[in-house]
Amino acid sequence: MISKQLEICALPQEGPTTGSDRMYTIMNTRAAAVWGILDDPKPEPGAVRKQKKGTMLAKRIIPCLDVNRGRVVKGINFLDLADAGDPVACALRYDQEGADELFFLDITASVEFRPVFLELIRAVAEQMFIPFAVGGGVRTLEDIRALLLAGADKVSINTAAVKDPELISQAAERFGSSDITVAIDAKRRPAGGWEVYLYGGRTPCDLDAVEWAVEAARRGAGEILLTSMDRDGTRDGYDLELTRAVSRAVSIPVIASGGCGQLPHLYDALTAGEASAVLAASIFHYQQHTIAEAKSYLAERGVPIRLCPPPDAHGKKTGHD
Amino acid sequence: MIGIIDYGMGNLRSVERALEAGGARLKRIVSATDLADTSALVLPGVGAFMQAVNNLKSQGLWDALREEIRGGKPLLGLCLGLQLLFEASEEFGYGQGLGILPGTVRRLPEDVAVPHIGWNQVFPCMADPLFQGIPEGSYFYFLHSYAAQASDFSHVAALCRYGCHAFPAVVRRNSIVAAQFHPEKSQQIGLRFLANFVRSVEKGQE
Repeated sequence: MISKQLEICALPQEGPTTGSDRMYTIMNTRAAAVWGILDDPKPEPGAVRKQKKGTMLAKRIIPCLDVNRGRVVKGINFLDLADAGDPVACALRYDQEGADELFFLDITASVEFRPVFLELIRAVAEQMFIPFAVGGGVRTLEDIRALLLAGADKVSINTAAVKDPELISQAAERFGSSDITVAIDAKRRPAGGWEVYLYGGRTPCDLDAVEWAVEAARRGAGEILLTSMDRDGTRDGYDLELTRAVSRAVSIPVIASGGCGQLPHLYDALTAGEASAVLAASIFHYQQHTIAEAKSYLAERGVPIRLCPPPDAHGKKTGHD
Repeated sequence: MIGIIDYGMGNLRSVERALEAGGARLKRIVSATDLADTSALVLPGVGAFMQAVNNLKSQGLWDALREEIRGGKPLLGLCLGLQLLFEASEEFGYGQGLGILPGTVRRLPEDVAVPHIGWNQVFPCMADPLFQGIPEGSYFYFLHSYAAQASDFSHVAALCRYGCHAFPAVVRRNSIVAAQFHPEKSQQIGLRFLANFVRSVEKGQE
């Protein structure tokens, strides 16, 4: 969280041209070699210009593809599924539009559909030059291994992790924390707080969402995908209170999910909600907004964002416009 | 031909696809005999340091790699591939690395979130052919818990800031170069970086 407050100076933009710029570069290189604190000289014109932009980790925009029997679908409050397209085509579009990552959730993962899903992951992996995470029905270390081998960069576990928290520890040890995301579906309790639900939001399990997030992080989860069941599919905005509560309780990144209906919702989750990343489905699937629009909206408001490259740098058109 | 070291540390497909997009002709290297007709090598890798060392040794690639590097063959290390070039790592005890670059691989400090996951800016410290056409401060995708501390700062070709620290994002010593980030997952900018490597290697052959 230290990084959020930090304003860091930058190296001169056009390379070391003057004597003091050169000194500055050398000092910072020396610092980088030993992870020292970067030298912050008296504000020079170049440094001031870049200081404002900030140099922290970019907040991530992650389109989510809910996949049902090989098609992208989108439900409301986890039910009533509507078809939203071919997963490989969607993935390719988001990759080229400048998404920072993709999330695939196999929402009806059952034994007979698993091979279909693995085949799909392989097909998607063949198209992508950004990281992508996969979840849904992951039960064992063997499941995780199969998905990573199929080309997934991260695997998210949900129900199985609650049933056997040891799975998180073992997976983190075997595949590395950074490959393991713990997904939490949470619903508000009338008396306050949030309860964890299992089996795709079907079964409450009498576990406090914030406490469970802390436990998952302690066991080696690399990040938390936090979905508000109350907001999912409603397009009323993320549950900011929930997102903030979990973000403050853990030091690993929290991905806010559930409820995004317009661009200000993204902004709220990343600022007031203190999330590291936002997951959204419908605002992107139905081309209400492009990733580029979402990113410029956030960047204009001072959120650190990896801005999409100009379209002419692609060499190909992204389509749909 | 560029050889990709295949030693069971993660999926190589994305690295292969990204290098091919940069115009590379590739072959996979599983044993020392595969090295013969390669003009450059790529050492990718995700996972645990010691496992990587053991796999390289059991495939007979450990000494062969050091031999190739000493002979001046260009090599690009990626992520764990960067870390393996250093003398040692403190991941799960103390493991000996290839020792091509002086320095140690250490766990990122306590005061930042570890693992370091996501897109962060990279600032070149010197003119390097791999950064041709890549604006300073471009975002690359990082995913790691350990990073290198270089004993010789002149090997730091680019840096990345994380929290109040900076660490080497790209290291270079002569024809040996390595990136802590994943260019194969960094979209156009990453593809450009890899294409620059492919071109620099081809240029060296002429």
